[in-house]
Amino acid sequence: MIKKKYPKAVNKVSWASCLLKPGRHYLQGNEACIEGALVAGCRVYAGYPITPATEAMEAASRRFPEVGGRFIQMEDEIGSACVLIGASWGGAKALTVTSSPGFSLMQEAISIAIISETPMVIIDIQRPGPGQGYITASQEDVMQARWGHHGEGPIIALAPSSVQEMFEVTIEAFNLSERWRTPVLVMAEETVAHMRESVVIPPLEAIEIINRKKPQDLGISPEAYCPWGHAVVAPMANWGEGYNVNFVGLVHLEDGNVTRYSPEMNRHCIERLQKKIEVDANSTGCLETKFLEDCSHLMVCYGVVSRTAMEAVAEARESRGLKIGYIRLRRLWPFPEKQLRDIVCDVDTVFVPEMNLGMMKHPITEALRDRCRRIVSIPSIGVLHSPDYILSEVYKDI
Amino acid sequence: MKKNDRLEIRIAGFGGQGVVTIGRILGEAFSLYAGKNSVNTQSYGPESRGGACKSEVVVSDGEIHYPNVRKADILVALSQVALDTYLSGLKEGGILLLDPGSVKDVKNQGKYRVYSVPCMELAYELGGVRYQNSVALGALYGLISHMIEESSLLKAISDNVPRNTLEINKEAFKRGMSYDKEKIPKGRE
Repeated sequence: MIKKKYPKAVNKVSWASCLLKPGRHYLQGNEACIEGALVAGCRVYAGYPITPATEAMEAASRRFPEVGGRFIQMEDEIGSACVLIGASWGGAKALTVTSSPGFSLMQEAISIAIISETPMVIIDIQRPGPGQGYITASQEDVMQARWGHHGEGPIIALAPSSVQEMFEVTIEAFNLSERWRTPVLVMAEETVAHMRESVVIPPLEAIEIINRKKPQDLGISPEAYCPWGHAVVAPMANWGEGYNVNFVGLVHLEDGNVTRYSPEMNRHCIERLQKKIEVDANSTGCLETKFLEDCSHLMVCYGVVSRTAMEAVAEARESRGLKIGYIRLRRLWPFPEKQLRDIVCDVDTVFVPEMNLGMMKHPITEALRDRCRRIVSIPSIGVLHSPDYILSEVYKDI
Repeated sequence: MKKNDRLEIRIAGFGGQGVVTIGRILGEAFSLYAGKNSVNTQSYGPESRGGACKSEVVVSDGEIHYPNVRKADILVALSQVALDTYLSGLKEGGILLLDPGSVKDVKNQGKYRVYSVPCMELAYELGGVRYQNSVALGALYGLISHMIEESSLLKAISDNVPRNTLEINKEAFKRGMSYDKEKIPKGRE
């Protein structure tokens, strides 16, 4: 029998020493998100391997036991997402990494995680669909991220564009999920998941880590604890800590009661969830901008496509003197409509390059239709746009 | 190299020839041991051993936006199919490094500077075809030695190959590097 060596697995005191050392590393995107999760304090991974996210699962299977965490290979993605819910209510931060077909299977769990206000993180390494589609790069799940689950459930979805960001955005996802008690999605693409780049890891003490508020932290006694009350984001009691834990998938009152149904109570419950994410969590820092001072045209993009877009924008400005600006959506959902409207007042053409047939073009159009003359989609299916392709589409119209 | 200039290298061959591995080693050497930025991407398909396969490395002193190769400065072709597929993506005047054992037919010879190193043959001398990629990496190093130290690449090799084959891989790298040095195409700044 092979004796498995998990050198520091049980020694909880020294887990910090098992994290990646601060400094420069050369990692794949799939590996970087696992390292980010560990730094964020995530100690439960449940998943089912799927191309192109398999390397993340492999990395998790190596790394989670090393830091005293749990790694579970589940029977499918439905089970994986449900493990995250259970682990989270047990007090752990939990992660799964999947790809589009698996992400479809997780929608039901995402829906119940939204109403039960369960913090957890799902990373979707998008591949083309529908069905098994193929295994190359895509951004075809950006609408599924928002509307894939049933019901009026707002969601937070982030879009990294480099290996460094796979590390950082995963930490940010955990922070947001713990801060707002909600599932958070990281919508990456195959390109960035398989890309290798250097990642600079800052000293651990320089990384902000947010943990959920618990009733005991706020001095609330078990008797006085109201599972869905006290604040917009209710303090979360975890199983086994002496508090009345109320996990509920029905619309509910503040005390967790589901039997005194009324349309008002239904509306109140849903509106609170809606406001929590769409208003309170929809703050600053969702956009990254460049060349906006003098621009008469605009490139609005997200994810790895923004790297091609940036290359094209810089080239168009340099070689043709085209006054084109650049906006990247770091956060896709809740859609940063107000932020977008705040910075864009009057441009001619807005170009939206996407690795789908024009999905985020719709909310962008809604936000900017009275701020520009027209909006042009630059679609690509199954492959990252080349700068030449984007430029040819831009020049065609100007 | 000016700040935002890019060096673009494409390595192509059959799956199983170690094409992905040398891309990773090269990228890591530039990124961790030579103080430059580099992005390494690979072709992605259901092929394993036998299918067409490529790996790309983009190097720059500045930030690298577009992660893939636009027009390669150097193409390393380890199979005929790889050459036929990717030759058109090589810059005019770019360097074509090929293994004459497996690449027989090169079109438009005059447009490119061809550097021919029998990687497979040299690898057999060392004990097997599996060292072919290290020989090719050594030969490739000869083309970019003005940008990176030999020691940087050797460090990256140590990080990425199994310990029990490290010495042979290093030897393979050196064989590739010192093979027919006079024939290395000159002219890149």
